[in-house]
Amino acid sequence: MSVGLSHYLILGSILFAISVIGIFLNRKNVIVLLMAIELMLLAVNMNFIAFSHYLNDIAGQVFVFFILTVAAAESAIGLAILVLLFRNLKTINVDDLDSLKG
Amino acid sequence: MIFQDYVFYALAAILLFAGLRVITARNPVHAALFLVLAFFTAAGIWLLLEAEFLAIALVLVYVGAVMVLFLFVVMMLDINLDRLREGFWNALPVALPVGLLMAAEMVMILGSKHFSADMLNAPAPRPVGYSNTAEIGRQLYTDYLLPFELASVVLLVAIVAAIALTLRERKDSKFIDPAEQVKVKRADRLRIISMPAEKESVSAAEPAAENK
Repeated sequence: MSVGLSHYLILGSILFAISVIGIFLNRKNVIVLLMAIELMLLAVNMNFIAFSHYLNDIAGQVFVFFILTVAAAESAIGLAILVLLFRNLKTINVDDLDSLKG
Repeated sequence: MIFQDYVFYALAAILLFAGLRVITARNPVHAALFLVLAFFTAAGIWLLLEAEFLAIALVLVYVGAVMVLFLFVVMMLDINLDRLREGFWNALPVALPVGLLMAAEMVMILGSKHFSADMLNAPAPRPVGYSNTAEIGRQLYTDYLLPFELASVVLLVAIVAAIALTLRERKDSKFIDPAEQVKVKRADRLRIISMPAEKESVSAAEPAAENK
């Protein structure tokens, strides 16, 4: 069976499901949570690029460009918060981050 | 099946394997390295889709910058892995059905005839002189100029925020600000007190003389 648009979309959705499972499993480890979010964004970008290719519309790639920008900013700030957290509390375990009594 | 199909299946298999290892790896360093592998293979798949600029940007920005940042942070923090791995598989009975359900639903929708993805045939190959980068640049600087500027503002905010969050005054630094030294007034260093003049007494001077 020749590879078409649906193959790329299915690949993206499986990748997204994997990262959802990762968020469930790694709910204590903030670093791996951030990595799972990056993986999710990658899956979404895969959809954008597949549609951009098959609909012959460059706008999808422009959107991926913006998503990459925002994702880079997000991970930089997320890691900065993580470093700050570790410096103050000496832990990154989500269970210990309960000072807001949530 | 043509050659590209084999390449797609191979890259997709590597990508899914790397994704699975990212979420199950015991050591966060290994997870970060598998995420690098995932980004590399995703860049390969994007090349198959003729998105050359973004494939290279993914390798440069993600593998080159973001993942190095991840590795720095992971290696800098002294993490107690055993506590983080406690009850790792406890959530699996919830996570696996949710993930499988999501994937199965999407496969059923996207793979069905009614989605008619097969109606969209692959576009004709680009002419020889076609440049994906030039096309994206043309779009960015005409139709998407304002979002492009906003993206640069987002990046600037991220830079400032990341620095402002992690900046701290070091307590053990011996650095003295030259501006503070220049600004100093006489009153800060010299204190004139008024007291009655004292006469030098003979008894106080004699033991000092004996010591000599």
